[in-house]
Amino acid sequence: MPYEMLSPALILLIAAALIGLVKGHARTAVILIAPLITLWAIWQVPDGVQGTVKFLSYHVEPVEGSPLRRLFATVFAIMVFVGGLYAFRIARWYELAAAYAYAAGAIGVCFAGDLITLFLYWELMALFSTIVVWCGGTPGARTAGIRYAIMHLMGGVILKVGIEGVVIGTGSIQIQAMLATDFSTWMILIGILINAAAPPVSAWLSDAYPESSATGSVFLSAFTTKTAVLALILLFPGEPVLIGLGLFMVMYGIIYALLENDVRRILAYSIVNQVGFMVVAVGIGTEMALNGATAHAFAHIVYKALLFMSAGVVIYRTGKNKCIELGGLFRTMPITATCGIIGALAISSFPLTSGFTTKSMISQAAVDSNLMWVYLGLTAASAGVFLHAGIKFPWFVFFQKDSGLRPKDAPWNMGLAMAIFAGLCILLGVFPELLYGLLPYAVDYEPYTAGKVLFYLQLLLFSGLAFFVLLPLMKRTMTISLDTDWLWRRLAFSILKIIENGFSSLNAVIERQRIRSQHFLHGIAVRYLGQPHTADSKERGIFARSWRVGSTALWIAILLSAYVLLYYL
Amino acid sequence: MNEEEKQLHWLVRPSTIRKLWIGSSIILALTVLTQTVIYVKGYFGVDAWFGFGAVYGFVSCLLMVLVAKLLGFFLKRPENYYDESEQPVNNQNSKSALEEDNNAI
Repeated sequence: MPYEMLSPALILLIAAALIGLVKGHARTAVILIAPLITLWAIWQVPDGVQGTVKFLSYHVEPVEGSPLRRLFATVFAIMVFVGGLYAFRIARWYELAAAYAYAAGAIGVCFAGDLITLFLYWELMALFSTIVVWCGGTPGARTAGIRYAIMHLMGGVILKVGIEGVVIGTGSIQIQAMLATDFSTWMILIGILINAAAPPVSAWLSDAYPESSATGSVFLSAFTTKTAVLALILLFPGEPVLIGLGLFMVMYGIIYALLENDVRRILAYSIVNQVGFMVVAVGIGTEMALNGATAHAFAHIVYKALLFMSAGVVIYRTGKNKCIELGGLFRTMPITATCGIIGALAISSFPLTSGFTTKSMISQAAVDSNLMWVYLGLTAASAGVFLHAGIKFPWFVFFQKDSGLRPKDAPWNMGLAMAIFAGLCILLGVFPELLYGLLPYAVDYEPYTAGKVLFYLQLLLFSGLAFFVLLPLMKRTMTISLDTDWLWRRLAFSILKIIENGFSSLNAVIERQRIRSQHFLHGIAVRYLGQPHTADSKERGIFARSWRVGSTALWIAILLSAYVLLYYL
Repeated sequence: MNEEEKQLHWLVRPSTIRKLWIGSSIILALTVLTQTVIYVKGYFGVDAWFGFGAVYGFVSCLLMVLVAKLLGFFLKRPENYYDESEQPVNNQNSKSALEEDNNAI
């Protein structure tokens, strides 16, 4: 088999196995070097399909290159490297191995040339991301991991149903653009959207990610939702349903993040919000929009991981993850606070950060397609992002009141990892051409015009004003917010309880009847066969009495003649 | 500056916070006033109005916070809301463990 047909993902899979096999410095070397080799391998993949393998009656294409696929794979590989650097000193080896195998799944999806390969890597991601969730190690992580696994395995089944339908319908396993017009294509779309945390099942994300370990959530934030965005770009560009869904996700993320108290859950909701922007862009489907979705996914992975890293350091150093318990940490954690603020500015698409140069492309695409309400919705959402993530996260963690906590700042490797990503956020904000040059379509877009910068400054700074004016309304409470998962975590559970109660009362009735009939039969047995006492004067049961020999012989004669009669009948 | 204030980090002293409010108010005013000099291109008519970004940003945030607050009344539950449904299993276990202990004694 020619080596071009080996996916770069295999390097990370081997690394994942090696992490378990070697120890000490060798393990560190594997963790840090494997992503870099993967990155090199990603850039060796030429455009187009790299050969086919015959599997059953299908021509499977394990590796297909294109600028879009390479760009997603690149940011995944960078993410693995920086995530590995961040995590290698405190994460347990099995968490890192699972995270690397999970990333291998994501990179495999990037280069999958056909639906079968895509599905295989898709399931690889589901399996190993569940293990990363479980590595949180708490009872909460255990139950959340089970819910996470059920959701993703179900999504996988739905995706598989759709793939089968499309393969039978079209006779081709090619990955090609389609629209959700019939049952099979709808199933594929739904299968992908489950991974994108689209409504009505967005809750899996905010349920599972905050339960993972401080290092695990950094990896989790990057891969699943963004591979779903890539799959949408490849399979459903211009699908109009996605515009409405995306706008809903954008608003959902903001509202729920505003209600939330857990630091990492705020960030988890804002993943849904940011993926919503990308889903809208895929729905618009023009070249500008798809460029915007790709660029925004790239920038988003970087700044979202940065935010999760800074939250992770806080949790690692203080052991606390609630807004109520934190505050005033800027005094002793200047590096973490600075990097967190840079990430927060980037997610809010502040000028000179990567968010501004990428997210504004999506707004521009809405303008170009003359979608006024989408544009206004996205603009309002940009203001809302600054509100719920841009200010809320750093304010409640690093400022607000003095919590009295004086933790040490990040260890060197975590600080370095955050510095790399913070630098990347600013680099892509100041020199957007670096990213624009790698996008799938030619970019004809100038992010920094004076008018646009001024407009965004007005929008964002006045959202900031709104935050501080409305601060009394945003008092944190020790609460969680109900989501659609209430339906199966509570309602379905209650219904099960009711059914269970029904069955147990039925069981009780049957049990009573059984005991009654038992007593009845027992009575009969005693009456006819019983020998309750041996040496008393009481009359014995009818068959237990001593009968005279004569009557016994008579009965035997009757029985025998009955037998003979029956025999001849 | 009194003693108590000196003990605080310079960033959280009331005098600094006052200066921050004044400084940011000036910046906010400037971002709106600059629009007299710099032309902000409007795409749909409304967004070309003077100070549209500022008003739109503030009002949409206000609305989102109010909607969130309102929904909060319906959606917020105590943190252990879901734990309770999982708790009885543990309770029963510990209960039966207790009973076993009693039996053992």
